[in-house]
Amino acid sequence: MLDHTPQEIRERSAVKINPVNICQPIGAAFAAAGLRNCMPHSHGSQGCSSYLRTQLTRHYREPVMGTSSSFSEDTAVFGGGGNLKQAIRNIIAIYKPEVIAVHTTCVAETIGDDVRSIIDAMEKSGDIPEEVAVIAASTPSYVGTHILGYARMVESMVNAFATADEDTKKQRINVIPGFNAEPGDIREIKRILALMQIDFILFPDTSDAFGAPLTGTAGLYPEGGTTIDELRQTGGSRATFVICRDSGELAAAALERKCGVPAVLLPTPVGIADTDTFIMKLAEITGSTVPVELETERGRLVDMMHDAHPHFHGKRVAIAGDPDIVSGMTSLAVGLGMEPVHILSGTRSAAFERESARLLQDFPRANAVNGGDLFTLHQLIKNEPVDLLLGNSHCKYIARAEDLPLIRIGFPISDRANLHQFPVMGYAGAARMVERIGNTLLDRLDRDAPEERYELLL
Amino acid sequence: MKSDKRIGIEVIPGREGHICRKDAGASAETVKPAGQSGPDIACNRESMAGAVSQRACVFCGARVVLNPIADALHLIHGPIGCSTYTWDIRGSLSSGPELHRLSFSTDLREKDVIFGGEPKLYHALSELIEKHEPRAAFVYSTCIVGVIGDDLKAVCARVEKERGIPVIPVRSEGFKGNKNEGYKAACQALFSLIDRAPRGETVPLSVNILGDFNLAGELWMIRGYFEKMGLRVVANISGDGRVADIEKAASAALNVVQCAGSMTHLARMMEQHYGMPFLRVSYVGTDDMADSLLDIAGFFKDKTVQTRTEELIASEIAALAPELEYYRERLKGRKAAVYVGGAFKAVSLIKAFRALGMQVAMVGSQTGKADDYAQVRAVADPGTVIIDDANPLELAQLMNRLGVDIFVGGVKERPVAYKLGVAFCDHNHERKRPLEGFAGMVNFAREVYSSIASPVWQWVPRAAAAEGS
Ligand code: SF4
Ligand code: SF4
Repeated sequence: MLDHTPQEIRERSAVKINPVNICQPIGAAFAAAGLRNCMPHSHGSQGCSSYLRTQLTRHYREPVMGTSSSFSEDTAVFGGGGNLKQAIRNIIAIYKPEVIAVHTTCVAETIGDDVRSIIDAMEKSGDIPEEVAVIAASTPSYVGTHILGYARMVESMVNAFATADEDTKKQRINVIPGFNAEPGDIREIKRILALMQIDFILFPDTSDAFGAPLTGTAGLYPEGGTTIDELRQTGGSRATFVICRDSGELAAAALERKCGVPAVLLPTPVGIADTDTFIMKLAEITGSTVPVELETERGRLVDMMHDAHPHFHGKRVAIAGDPDIVSGMTSLAVGLGMEPVHILSGTRSAAFERESARLLQDFPRANAVNGGDLFTLHQLIKNEPVDLLLGNSHCKYIARAEDLPLIRIGFPISDRANLHQFPVMGYAGAARMVERIGNTLLDRLDRDAPEERYELLL
Repeated sequence: MKSDKRIGIEVIPGREGHICRKDAGASAETVKPAGQSGPDIACNRESMAGAVSQRACVFCGARVVLNPIADALHLIHGPIGCSTYTWDIRGSLSSGPELHRLSFSTDLREKDVIFGGEPKLYHALSELIEKHEPRAAFVYSTCIVGVIGDDLKAVCARVEKERGIPVIPVRSEGFKGNKNEGYKAACQALFSLIDRAPRGETVPLSVNILGDFNLAGELWMIRGYFEKMGLRVVANISGDGRVADIEKAASAALNVVQCAGSMTHLARMMEQHYGMPFLRVSYVGTDDMADSLLDIAGFFKDKTVQTRTEELIASEIAALAPELEYYRERLKGRKAAVYVGGAFKAVSLIKAFRALGMQVAMVGSQTGKADDYAQVRAVADPGTVIIDDANPLELAQLMNRLGVDIFVGGVKERPVAYKLGVAFCDHNHERKRPLEGFAGMVNFAREVYSSIASPVWQWVPRAAAAEGS
């Protein structure tokens, strides 16, 4: 049995067991892959870069590029400056990128390499030609997780490129999708914006790199992605909408500071209520109206929810993963009449603290764990059982041990294919979750039904 | 980028030496014939800073080798990422305890990095040993531990004394090199586990299985063969491994070493210290599988063992012949490319493809060493491209250039092949069916065939265009 989890919960101070968070560099590299012709570079040892590429590949089943400063034992003693210079020169000569997005690993930070000033010096000396931009984010994993890595890399995009523009007549908005917005979600958000006829710049646009069509060719850089020109123009937009707060708040704040573009921080549009909020806010800020198509879509969703609501009511659910997606799913579950029993964010987050308080108002007995691991979640479930679990692939061990149905959401999902191609956000995403969750519960009912209760109508 | 005329693809300057073509008889730039001394392919070097490489780190090497020991505690001393990434890094199966499938990390934070992580490590170890009662503990150091200079050895020694189980530090700081260094660190850890136990009498007709990690239950199959031959298996190192068995490893008569890259180091240490002989074997492909069993039987010079072995091979081969023939009929003439971790396995794969009537047009490895490449060269067909530490672009160009039908590799290569419309077989960590042993050969053929024969490739634009023209 794959169950080494005792029921009794004891204080653990020095150890994390079965984490549901990763380290900053993977978030930073993921964000960087959303820029056109951009090479994500890991300033550190080979393994960190190799692992994050493997992890992304397992989830998206796409080729993922990335380079490394390839630290050796000497580097640990003498610093990584030489390696970084060598690496940047090589990347420029060999891979001809428009942008090199450098993130640091734990080791580089501990040695104390000053990445920014190394890059500045190279720019001054002409080592970095003008047509290549090198941006950098400090991403040691002993502070923050993959979510912060994403946030800091996007912030550095703003700091490097966004340019203030006084033309206030602009109707255009910025959208920062975040680590938890999958290609399917990004495409859904773009579709909503197109339906509402809103002009937008979405950055970093990871939907092409991680949801690429099969064309029979494999280039170094995937098609698509946000361009530097678009990044520059973000400074002249009317507002910045942040889809996943923990991923986008830093960059949105930087845009506000640097270019006076106000940040709009809303709950992630998962489920009907938070999608409503998102769309109303879009309409309010851009003056755009909500088109009939969206109204109809919403109506269909409401219809689906009503048709299926008896299947959901009172079902006890546990949700684990990254803060924004867990909050979003909690909101969706509550909206369907389910009872959130345990919700757990692997990344400690102030937004999660606030959101869980708001969402769990009517569920005083619910557990909200901010910055926990799956071992804890498993123990909580042993003490207070649930009917359904929402989380990433690692949750399958808990699902098996406790005989629970698992709806796979979040990252990484390494044991199911193609989920990232479909949205969980927007009305379309909500409709899909209603179908997935509802029918999973019914499958379970069938599976567990004794012969005499095995029925055609459910 | 420089165009490498010999092979017809573009390579990074400085990497030319890592790619070559086996002698076809004409060109001056070809590889020296097997047996001739001197390196003819650049290998086992550090990857260039700034290059996209498919390699991992020392820690990864150590982790894959040791992790399958199922009743040990595997604690990663470092920041969280290193451990999340290697959680259940490959599906090494266990027939009993599964403590190895949990991910334990000291999750170093800023304050630990500044003030040192020793106290945290001590608490983590004590807590975990108390809670999970493992038979031994392995403590892996990651890069950062090497930098902040925690004294792993001292902490391990202290906990070992207090708790009464072996607590073994694994010196696996990532920056110390590539996976090969990690294998060495793991072998050192294993040796220290073996060496601290009292040495028993040598068990007659017995072996240790080194270098099989029980992916998809492969080790169980191999054990089954040995038992049918009349041999006793003392320890599996490390697939489905148990601490108590490994502690007895010195009492086996012979070490049987697969995955030579990772485990030869341990076999050598045991030879040096205990005079234990070892044999290098391969379980991939029917020919190598049969030869390996015969070599082992030959070592024991025992009539019964010899007869049983011959019977076993004959019956296994007879059993799979019809199905293999079926696939051979359908696969013959197809071309394959192989890119694996260590070059040793590539040799077996070349033979296995040959048994299916297929040709291997490209062979490469992440961390092959000179003598592995020499063997590759010896068995490869003339004209075969041999490549060391390849990057995805080089692989993509080679696939196109050589017109291969299937690519054999690991997780990072799969999507590259697919994007080009090339079939794929995972012969790495993520295989799901046993590919070793006699039955494994049939599975291998089936996997190769089911990917190549899939109707999905007809929708790939390139294939469609080529057919139309
Ligand atoms: S060293 Fe840090 S950056 Fe590298 S894998 Fe480990 S946690 Fe991530
Ligand atoms: S920090 Fe070192 S040990 Fe950890 S993944 Fe990176 S290279 Fe490997």
